[in-house]
This record gives sequence, C-alpha cells and structure tokens, in this order.
Amino acid sequence: MSTDTLLVEPSAISPTKRIVGELLRSREIAVGAVLVLVVALTTIKNPNFLFTSNGWRDLLLTPSLLLILAVGQTVVIITRNVDLSVGSTLGLTAYFTGKLFVDHPNIPILVVVLAGLLMGAVLGLVNGVLVAFFKVPALVITLGTLYIYRGIFLSWAGSDRINAGDMPKDFLALGTKQILTIPVLTIVGLVVLAAVGYYLYTARGGRELYAIGSDPEAAVLYGLPVRRRVVGAFVLCGALAGLAGVVYVARYGTVSSGAGYGMELQAVGAAVIGGVAIFGGSGTVWGAAIGAFLLVTINRALPVVGISDFWQRAVVGALIIAAVVLDRVLSARQERRLVAAREETRSNR
Amino acid sequence: MPGTATEAPQEMALELRDVAKSFGSVVALRSGSLAVAPGSIHALVGENGAGKSTLVKIVAGVHRRDSGTVRLHGQDVDFASTAESKAAGIAVIYQEPTLFPDLSVTENIFMGRQPVGRSRRIDRAAMYAEADSLFQRLGVAIDPRRPARGLSIADQQIIEIAKAISLDASVLVMDEPTAALSGVEVDRLFAVARSLRDEGRALVFISHRFDEVFALCDTVTVMRDGEYVSTDAVAETSVEQIVSRMVGREVGDLFPKTPAEIGDVVLAVEGLSSLGTFRDIGFTVRAGEIVGLAGLVGAGRSEIARAVFGVDKYDAGSVHLDGKPVAPRSPRAAIRAGMAFVPEDRRKQGLVTDASVARNVASVIRRGLTHAGVLTNRDENRAAGPWAARLEVKTSALDMHATTMSGGNQQKVVLAKWLATEPKLLIIDEPTRGIDVGTKAEVHRLLSDLAGQGLAILMISSELPEVLGMADRVLVVCEGRITAELSRDEATPEAVMHAATASIHHDVEEVTTA
Repeated sequence: MSTDTLLVEPSAISPTKRIVGELLRSREIAVGAVLVLVVALTTIKNPNFLFTSNGWRDLLLTPSLLLILAVGQTVVIITRNVDLSVGSTLGLTAYFTGKLFVDHPNIPILVVVLAGLLMGAVLGLVNGVLVAFFKVPALVITLGTLYIYRGIFLSWAGSDRINAGDMPKDFLALGTKQILTIPVLTIVGLVVLAAVGYYLYTARGGRELYAIGSDPEAAVLYGLPVRRRVVGAFVLCGALAGLAGVVYVARYGTVSSGAGYGMELQAVGAAVIGGVAIFGGSGTVWGAAIGAFLLVTINRALPVVGISDFWQRAVVGALIIAAVVLDRVLSARQERRLVAAREETRSNR
Repeated sequence: MPGTATEAPQEMALELRDVAKSFGSVVALRSGSLAVAPGSIHALVGENGAGKSTLVKIVAGVHRRDSGTVRLHGQDVDFASTAESKAAGIAVIYQEPTLFPDLSVTENIFMGRQPVGRSRRIDRAAMYAEADSLFQRLGVAIDPRRPARGLSIADQQIIEIAKAISLDASVLVMDEPTAALSGVEVDRLFAVARSLRDEGRALVFISHRFDEVFALCDTVTVMRDGEYVSTDAVAETSVEQIVSRMVGREVGDLFPKTPAEIGDVVLAVEGLSSLGTFRDIGFTVRAGEIVGLAGLVGAGRSEIARAVFGVDKYDAGSVHLDGKPVAPRSPRAAIRAGMAFVPEDRRKQGLVTDASVARNVASVIRRGLTHAGVLTNRDENRAAGPWAARLEVKTSALDMHATTMSGGNQQKVVLAKWLATEPKLLIIDEPTRGIDVGTKAEVHRLLSDLAGQGLAILMISSELPEVLGMADRVLVVCEGRITAELSRDEATPEAVMHAATASIHHDVEEVTTA
C-alpha cells in the first residue's frame, strides 16, 4: 500500500547520529570516566593506592560486597520499586552463615552458600508478596522489613559475636584468595553482574521488568505477568543480599549485630549514581556496578588525599544529588521537546 | 433499521449481546450489543457516559461483564485478563496510547512475545527486521530502535497498529483514535484502517466526529445511557438521525432552574487563549445567571475554568470580575476578587477527606478566623455551622470526617467551604458526577437557590439534561473553541450535540514527505 505520500513527520533519527548520541549520553561511560579520574588523581598523590599488590587487591575487593547488593537493588528499582531491607537481610544471613559453621563444623562450603542464597530469597519473597499483592508502596513495606529483619537478627544474636576462629580456614581463604591477581570475591560479584546483566538484556522476563517500571498500567494492558515479575525481582534482590551476607563473612571473618547496617542506602546510591532511574524503567546493572565501585573507591580515596571524614560523606551525598538532578534536567528537556512536537503537529491542522 | 444488528446472515467477527456491567451501585453498561462483520469498519457512537468505553474494556479483558454474551467468530468467550483477549486476536488501541516510554519502538511492539532464538534468548536482529517490515507495510518512517518517548500521538498510534498487525489480530478496536491527530495524520490513519479492512479484519471505530464516521465506516451503532439503540448502514442514515438517537431521552427527574432576576455582568472573559488547549475564548456571566459550559470530554472546558480561576496559565486574553481585572496564575487573587471554584474531582482537589467537616468548610477562610495566629476547633465550628446547616449537610457532627460521607454530602461540604468566602462567582465543574439521582436533584435545587440570591454561576457539565435543565445560557465548547452560544430556548439536545461535534474542517494543505 502506498501511504508514503501521507507521511507527516518522520520520527526517524539516522543510525550513526543515534549511536553517537547514546554513547555521549551513556551514564556508564560518564561514571566510569569519573571513577578512572578518582583512581588516577589518588594514585598521583599516593602511588601505593594502586601500585602495590595490596592497593590493587583492595581496589577490586572492597566494592565487591556493595556490587552484589547494587545489582539486586537495580533489578528492583527498574520495576519502580525499592528494597530498603537488603542491609538487614545481609546482616541476618551473615549471622546465619556463621552460625551454620559454628553448629556444624564440617558442613561443605557450597551448602552454606546455597543456604545463604535461599534464606535471602525467602526474605525477599516476603517483601515481594507484600508489595505485589497488597499494593502498598515498596518504600513502606521494605522500611518495615528493614526493622523487622534487623530486630530478628538482634534478638537472635544478642551480644553474641562470631569470630574468625569459628570458621573453617578454606572459607576464610576465599576472602583473600586471588586468581590472576583478581580476588575471588570480586570474581563472584562480576559473575553475578554478568549473569543478571545478560538476563535483563536478552530474556523476555528481563525486558518485562523494564516495561513494568516504565508504565505499570500499560504493562497490565499489555497482559504482562506484573505481579509474578515484581515478586521475582524482590526474590532475586533478596537472594543476592543473602549471597552478599555469605561474602561478608568470608571477607571480614567476623559477624556482630551491626553487620550490613546502612548498606541499603549505599546500594540505592550506587544504582542512582550509575544511572538507574529511581522511578523505574531505565538504567542497567553495568551502570549500578560502576556506581558501586565509584562510591566505595571515593570513600577510600578521600582519606588518602587528606580530606576529612565530614567531607567524605558530603562528597558522596553531592554525587547522589548531582546524579538525580541530572536525570531530572534531562527528562525535563525531553518532556519539553515532546510538548513542542505535539504543538507543531496540532498547529498543522 | 434499529434492532436488526443480531440478524445478520454472515458469521460475525465480534458479537456482543445484552452485555451489562456495574461498578458498585453505578451501572456503567446496562445492555450493550454490537455485531461487527469481518472486513468492515464499524462505528460506535454515543454521548459521554453512554457506555462505549466500558464496552471496549470488556472486549479487551480489562473488565469482566456481569451478564450477557460475547462471541468471537461464533465462539463464546469470557476474558479474565487482557492477555487472554490478546491471545484470542483482539487488539485495542486506546485514546491515549499505552506505550513504555523508556523502551525502544520495537520492544514496545513485541513486548512479552519477542522472537526468541536458542535457549529462549531474544533474537534482536529478527525483532528489528520484523519491525522494519511492519513499518514499511504501513508506509511510515519510524526508526525501530528509537525510544517511544517523544513520539507524536499519531506515531504512537501507528506503533499500536503495528502491534495489532504483528499480533495478527482479527478484531481491532480504536477508541477515539483521531482525537489528538491533525488532519494529515487522520488521513494516514484512515488509509491504514482501510487496508486492514480489505484484508478481512473487523474494525471498531469510536469517534465523536461524524464527518469521520461517514467518511470511513460502513456501519454505525448508537449507544445511549449504557444501552444499545440502533445499528444502521452508514449509507442509509444521516447525521441528524444519529444525533437524535444519541440524545433522544426525556429530561426527566431533574430540578429545572427557577427564573431569577438577571443582574449586572460579574465575570467577563475576553480573548482567552492557551497554546494547544483553547483559543480565543470570550463570554460573560451575570449575577443570578447560570451559564452552562457544554461539550465533549476533552474539549477544553475544565481547562478554561482552571485558567479563569488562575490555576493554569494562559497566553493571551483577560479576566475581569465586577469590572476589575483579575491577576492571572493566582488562585489567591481569584479568591480575593470573589471567585469560588468547585473542581471536578472533589476527592482529590476539593476536599481534605481525612479532615473534619468543620475544618474543610473553614479551610479557605481560616485566615479571617484566627486569633493572634491561632485557629481553634471552636472557631472553625462556629464558622462552619451556619453553612453546613444551610446546605443541609447530613452529618451527625461537624467533626465527622469527610471521607465517610456520601458523594452528595461531600459535594455540599465543598460548596459550603466556598460559600463561606461569600463569593460573587461560583465555578462548578461536573456538579453531580458520581452522585445518586436523589441527591442530584438536591444539588440542582441548591444551585438554583444560590443563583436566585444573586450569585453568578459558571457550570461545566457533560450531562446534557443537566445543562439544559439548569443553564440560562449554554456555551458549547468543541476542540478548544466556543462553537455556539445558545439561549435557554434555543438549547435543544440536537443543537448542543451538533455544536459539540462540529469538528473543524481539516485542511490538507502542505503535505510534507520525508
């Protein structure tokens, strides 16, 4: 059929223009550049920051915990929800992991890892079911479970503390072992990142998470399984927080009631800095991962360059606000363009 | 030939018979019937609230019917979800397209059923290729990889149509697809619709523009008050006939306005324009007069009211109250000048539902009630009491929470709140929406009384009988312009409906091609 002559307004952008534009606007590249800059400047000030075996290891190892949490958090935020309970989930599973080693000294490490994942998944399932079926905002539900999970942790652990001596050596070795100079725990984090990133990009379920976050009402009209997907996102986020709990024990060798305290906000911060829109629908786990590296690295770099504790926190806060303001400005600009385009087509009447 | 819809010889693609749907006590659809043949474009017309949208949502699987039958190609169906309706081959294009702004155009088309390769990974190359061929077939140049955000409404509708085609939908329902389109875009849409018809698909086309109905459709079904009225071949009917069927009902149990002494001009609006919303609006409202603002939903009536009251900005024109100019963009200035505004959605915009009746009534005048900056419950109750009594708000006590009250009583509380400011002009948007019939009459009597006391009233209403029963003068708004000004005697249902659907002739002048 020949409706070419009726064509009103071409909505096409040339492919090259689009790719260049996407690269320029890509948050991953921008945040990655800031990260490289931070590392470079700190290394100039103090070469030990990068050019010692410890410096190199810490640079990769320290962010791995937050990396795993941020990946899970991103999956939830993409669906226009948030999970504030991940810090408590991490603490609770970390203690659970330690307790398993104390009570069953010969338990295989793999079983403990799976138990940690499972426990986190169950805690995430509670969040997901409450959010998806009772239609209460995730912010409120997970704020509640943040306190509940932490409360269970406190009443279970009391002033008890699990120490490195209670844990098998093989397990603690995971915290320091390196393969080709890359710490094992970092590899765990990167594998999680790659797997989730691959799922979000190539699976129907992954794309549906974006669709749900982009417009929940449209997702219902499309006939997408909204509830199932939202519950799934919370379960995944919980399971990864559980994994982070196991990683926490391996890394620090000790668990007390403060484990994971405040980590949920760092995870949200990492995601936001990495370009994950807080209202859902856009952003990638790659960005969140780079955000996690940046957040942790800045925290480690500022003392090296001699900036006081107060300013360290202020810098992180400024970074988060800058990221959100940037998002706001960009989307407002897009909105204006949209309205202008509509006015144009209307005035053609 | 009314009543022959169900006796067609060929098998219908989509057939609804006596479908009913209620939401709580509100009957949205009493008895909806529709029979659409394959290879035809079927128009569904009716006033606001005639039940068209409810009928569409039942077909789409959004709502579940209470009774009646729905048949698809002769098979009885009952969709529990939108997914089921989609799987059966029904595609619905809503007035406001429902796309995911963050995702690419292609993902929007294939969401939930993307082509997958090995181990169920999405095959993006195949997906883009398919989108490309769909757009080629539709004759549009849309980059399949661009995000849906920022597309014009017309292009968004094309995406929805592409989605329907890729679904291989046999029934396509379009709910007022042309409402936001320019003339050229409408032509493009029609060309696409005709080619789909020629492929043997059944199309349902909902529109308020009769010129379009007559240009595009072959059959037309009229609905009124949630009921099926008639089905005719377009060639055998006329606009007049359809209009009379759309409005043909008694102005029954409504309380007509009692004549009041019409005084001086209170509100004078001149040349009011807001880019893309309304243009060149001018009218006056006199003391003791009720002026009705009629028109279809989305014609721009509420927007005009909001601009007059200063909630929204306007680009040109002026508003005078009692001869004095009212500052734009300032509801405070409007209130001080003597305006009161009862919005359409009283729960959201007119009432603090979690606060007491007294607090609600006193909320606008509280500045004048304070003693040394302190506002006490007693002061509020004292100020609210007389008004609540005068409007016969049925509450046991003034500290009762507004949220527990009926719609009619809530409306009275909102009215009391504004009347406590002793306004000269009352703007009221949909005064009886969601209110049961008995209370409706009470609200009407109240408005009539207020006009009798010299209040100037500007009333927006989508209910034709209400406008005709209450208004001394009717202004009809269509697509952001006032298309008719009718006195009480001139205002017949037909005249108002004609003016409300008098779409501006589309000039297809410069057609730009890519």
